[in-house]
Amino acid sequence: MTTNGHTYTLKVWRQPGADRPGRLATYTVTGISPDLSLLEALDVLNEDLIRKGEDPIAFESDCREGICGQCGIVVNGVAHGSKLGCTTCEIRMREFAPGSTITLEPFRATAFPIIKDLVINRSAFDRIIARGGYVSINTGAAPEANAIPVARDLAEKAMDAAACIGCGACVAACPNASASLFVGAKVSQLAVMPQGHAERERRVTRMVAQMDAEGFGNCSNHGECEAVCPKEIPIHVISRMRREYIRASVKSVLG
Amino acid sequence: MSDPAPITLDPRIPEGPLEHKWDTFKQEAKLVAPANRRKYTVVVVGTGLAGASAAASLAEMGYTVKSLCISDSPRRAHSIAAQGGINAAKNYQNDGDSVWRLFYDTIKGGDFRSREANVYRLAQVSASIIDHCAAQGIPFAREYGGTLSNRSFGGAQVSRTFYARGQTGQQLLLGAYGALMRQVDEGNVTLYPRREMLDLVTVDGRARGVVARNLVTGAIERYSGHAVILATGGYSTVFHLSTNAVNSNATAVWRCYKRGALFANPCFTQIHPTCIPQAGDGQSKLTLMSESLRNDGRVWVPKLKGDQRPPAQIPEDERDYYLERLYPSFGNLVPRDIASRRAKEVCDQGRGVGPGGLSVYLDFADAVKRLGEPVIRSRYANLFDMYHEITNENPYQVPMRIYPAPHYTMGGLWVDYHLMSTIPGLFVAGEANFSDHGANRLGASALMQGLADGYFVLPYTIGHYLAGIGPGAVADKDPAFDVAERGVREDVSRMLAVNGSRTVREFWHDLGRIMWNKVGMSRHEKGLSEAIAEIQSLRQEFAKNVRVSGAEGDFNKDLEFAGRVSDYLGLGELMARDALQRRESCGGHFRDESATPEGEALRDDDHFTYVAAWRYRGEGQLPDMQQEPLPFERVHPSQRSYK
Ligand SMILES: Cc1cc2nc3c(=O)[nH]c(=O)nc-3n(C[C@H](O)[C@H](O)[C@H](O)COP(=O)(O)OP(=O)(O)OC[C@H]3O[C@@H](n4cnc5c(N)ncnc54)[C@H](O)[C@@H]3O)c2cc1C
Ligand code: FES
Repeated sequence: MTTNGHTYTLKVWRQPGADRPGRLATYTVTGISPDLSLLEALDVLNEDLIRKGEDPIAFESDCREGICGQCGIVVNGVAHGSKLGCTTCEIRMREFAPGSTITLEPFRATAFPIIKDLVINRSAFDRIIARGGYVSINTGAAPEANAIPVARDLAEKAMDAAACIGCGACVAACPNASASLFVGAKVSQLAVMPQGHAERERRVTRMVAQMDAEGFGNCSNHGECEAVCPKEIPIHVISRMRREYIRASVKSVLG
Repeated sequence: MSDPAPITLDPRIPEGPLEHKWDTFKQEAKLVAPANRRKYTVVVVGTGLAGASAAASLAEMGYTVKSLCISDSPRRAHSIAAQGGINAAKNYQNDGDSVWRLFYDTIKGGDFRSREANVYRLAQVSASIIDHCAAQGIPFAREYGGTLSNRSFGGAQVSRTFYARGQTGQQLLLGAYGALMRQVDEGNVTLYPRREMLDLVTVDGRARGVVARNLVTGAIERYSGHAVILATGGYSTVFHLSTNAVNSNATAVWRCYKRGALFANPCFTQIHPTCIPQAGDGQSKLTLMSESLRNDGRVWVPKLKGDQRPPAQIPEDERDYYLERLYPSFGNLVPRDIASRRAKEVCDQGRGVGPGGLSVYLDFADAVKRLGEPVIRSRYANLFDMYHEITNENPYQVPMRIYPAPHYTMGGLWVDYHLMSTIPGLFVAGEANFSDHGANRLGASALMQGLADGYFVLPYTIGHYLAGIGPGAVADKDPAFDVAERGVREDVSRMLAVNGSRTVREFWHDLGRIMWNKVGMSRHEKGLSEAIAEIQSLRQEFAKNVRVSGAEGDFNKDLEFAGRVSDYLGLGELMARDALQRRESCGGHFRDESATPEGEALRDDDHFTYVAAWRYRGEGQLPDMQQEPLPFERVHPSQRSYK
């Protein structure tokens, strides 16, 4: 380990299992270069703990470049930290003053039970997608790709929504633990793309029903979700989802 | 041990002219009737592009599918990180593309070390992939008229790469994941996330399932089926630092190798030229800057050794745009192996820039001047932001600094034309197999191959296999499952019991250093022999002195990584052995002893036009190598030239 880096105090949520009590534990890390990422600083701490025979901190990550959505820690009270438009794995140590204290807690929501320490279970998102977050087309049945033109700005708009990485920060930040930004993003992408039109009513109805069944709260327009979203998914995807939902309800009543 | 009987590696390539082989196969393949398909269970390991597309397509057809992955959701597989794009021979740009040309570019890009028939099929199905993905509602980039846009990638003189901003892999994977989740909803797929496959189970010589560890509870679980598909990705993480995700690993392929599946061309690895250079110790991965940047960025170093001036102060005539100088017709878009090697060469000459002289410039100043910053921003904003974030330097103002990093593995489990390994019933798809890229992969061709395998090849070839074996019951009570499960438990307990003094990560780090220095961008006899000895002693030390924390029956990342690193120590040695036997240079495999006077890879077609397929012969035994000759019937292997 280099000796010329900085020292930090880390306060980390430790919880051995889902039904066990948790608490914040305090650690000191030294020799941390400002170029390291926050997760790399945790790696360094874990190496220390392993050498000392202590249980390393459980946390998750995969791509470590902001695209897989696997990481996700509440950093100093904010999901993915206070820097806009980035995931936990994209936070660099140079963003913290040397010697400062950094508090790390899991994303909390009833629908995201804790597995261990900073690791949570987000399978509820998969179950929502299973109810309609796709175009129902079997392999082999597609028309020629250019047969359905899509206006450039529509494709761009769809892409803005499709950029969601399913990390769950929107849920963690919402006072109601609502998943509306997540669901709204998928609904909007497929409401904009002509390929998604055939089943748009069925999609929104089923996805919203599953979102409610999973125990996510209602959206009451706090806007915290948009503020923490690492992909800066615009909150208007939620209005779009509502419009789609009303459209579907009206259609089902009027036939 | 007596000499083992040689295996005849039968690639099972259909008869007839290249253009008709795939049709011939489909016409002659056995079929399973729709009503019978649900009686067959297929275990699919991995949910990247290859695994998710295979699992979804098979389930749509009516098969019963069990889908395993390491992450908490199938959507997070490593494929999600692919940035640049996916190739297809659509010829939408009217610039002369065709199935033949994509096939030829891929064979040539792979330096004539892949199988003609497989590569031709890949080019043939490429167009259907784009049709299917567009129909899934994937927001590909579009022209104002609403048609699909293309960009160019290395090793091709046509524009055939489709993309969705800098997030092509994400969008394609979410399409495949959506299809998979639809099948979960319909009851045809059962998902098993947070499971790590730790062994393959064979009964009477056929693959019949896997044993996996539940990564939350630590339970060792059994998954039985009529066939197993391995779609577990590549093994660049053997190098420790690579562009791959931190959970990418070689365990599944390695354990199948130990069960008798042959491992093909393990030394064929791709070092990608445009990555953000390493900043220091403690770093956990290297970040790729997409190859698409080479469309507009110009690569250069100072002409003068040790020139310390900031880039803006180095006048034009004191810069060496070495790729443009050496390769006037392809310029900055030469294939990856060449771009990487040349970067290493200029750095070895002392002309590298940045800390330690271990990087070269990728400069956008001309492009910004020509097109304006908004255009550059619209093309690459997310990449530029990522670069800025990581390095604290603004690439709109100063040139990026880049250096090569391990990125992709062309080698993998040997498969025939059906994508079946040497173990009947074990199919291998995506980066995990060796099939299509020879000694070097062209950009935007991995996504194409993963989806070709999963959407359009396996659904046919697995049906053919299953129809041949019949739907008899498969029980996970078979004694073979007991044996595999016991083996896995013993491995886990043994590692936990060592309680030595060095961490798993330290061993991984040490192995990575050996691999990078001696089995990396250039290799030679002496270095490779040293690497083998060093890896062996590291492996012995691992067995005696590793410290793995925590318990078996718990969420335990350290234990997960211990198993993976233990497998890297085996695979690293096999890679070095393979590199040692291949005394020629080809594609990404560069032997110092075999170069043209201009420093290009010099193949030795007379002696090495084969696939090297390695067979495991037991702990402490040397593996033996089988050869699959590569007869070229339609293309004539030539010295690759991108001048
Ligand atoms: C940064 C980056 C950018 C890239 N950009 C491009 C690009 O622009 N174009 C292109 O064509 N290619 C690109 N590539 C290459 C391409 O992304 C990969 O080759 C491809 O996605 C691999 O897909 P796959 O389905 O074979 O495997 P992966 O996506 O690696 O998936 C492997 C799956 O297997 C699972 N798994 C692994 N081991 C086990 C186990 N033991 N038990 C259970 N599950 C297991 C994992 O959980 C995962 O679900 C890029 C690669 C990188 C690293
Ligand atoms: S680890 Fe993938 S988004 Fe952070």
